[in-house]
Amino acid sequence: MIDRTVAMEIVLSALREAVDQNGGDASGVNEQTVIVGPEAVIDSIGVVSLIVDIEQRLEMDHQVSVTLANDRAMSQRNSPFRTAAVLADHILATEREGAVS
Amino acid sequence: MSAPARPMAERPVMLITGTRKGIGKYLAETYVKRGYIVEGCSRGEASFEAEGYTHTSMDISEEKAVKAWVSGIARRHGRIDCVLNNAAIASMNHVLLTPAATANRMLAVNVTATMLVCRDAAKVMMRRRYGRIVNFTTIVDPIGLAGEAIYAASKAAVVTFTRILAFELGDWGITCNSFGATPIMTDMIKGVPKEKIDAVVNALAIKRLGKPEDCVNVCDFFINPLSDNITAQVVYLGGVS
Repeated sequence: MIDRTVAMEIVLSALREAVDQNGGDASGVNEQTVIVGPEAVIDSIGVVSLIVDIEQRLEMDHQVSVTLANDRAMSQRNSPFRTAAVLADHILATEREGAVS
Repeated sequence: MSAPARPMAERPVMLITGTRKGIGKYLAETYVKRGYIVEGCSRGEASFEAEGYTHTSMDISEEKAVKAWVSGIARRHGRIDCVLNNAAIASMNHVLLTPAATANRMLAVNVTATMLVCRDAAKVMMRRRYGRIVNFTTIVDPIGLAGEAIYAASKAAVVTFTRILAFELGDWGITCNSFGATPIMTDMIKGVPKEKIDAVVNALAIKRLGKPEDCVNVCDFFINPLSDNITAQVVYLGGVS
């Protein structure tokens, strides 16, 4: 099991890299940075890459196997990917459920 | 995306579904002889052993099973180069006599499982920005074979899925193509009446049954590293289009 600090570090590290690759300024990325929606710092393909990158980091660096775009995520009124902090909480919730689907 | 340091196999890694018998088994034996690390799966136990071949017994329509399978391969080898989605089930039956459970099972194995394997393998392929996906379809859709409506519909879905998938994964250097063989004498068609098979063969431009070697030939073309600009295509054997 990972804790919130680790989840947050993984999200912020991956997000900074995604913003950087998108040609943006990654220095301002923090827990409240918006990932999905009009204020998002990356585009929709960037979001796909980010989610996969985070899954791969969890898998390879922490032996945590999760599918973040799971049924629970898709059924929520508000996207669990909308900010870095919300995404970190979603990772923890998904891991607790042992959810890969 | 980042690529954390991890052990990576020197040989290319190929996933093949449905390797216990028939075309899948032939493909697995062929590519393992050529030096690939082949990871195969089927509902049953392995029917052969070979250095470089690992078999997993699983239901590929189960999302958690596919995830665990692909995750294990990624951890052991650090890479996935090719996926051959060969596993499928068929049920020759008039649609008026086809139960919903039969249709749902065919769609689960032929369509959903193909999607699941592509999805989880593509996530691993994305790290290296390289991948080759070949999804197996059938000629019974384009030729309109009576008695195969649900099977043909499921395989038509595979063609469409693969075509769109190619556009979704193209940015990461992953190509996605479909391949439909002419009838090959495997367990899948053992229940099809001979006159029905003869009628199909006689309607082809090349009037012969398909051979496993035909399948390898098309796969070789699609998975060739030089085929990086060949994607979203479907190839049918025997003159079917």
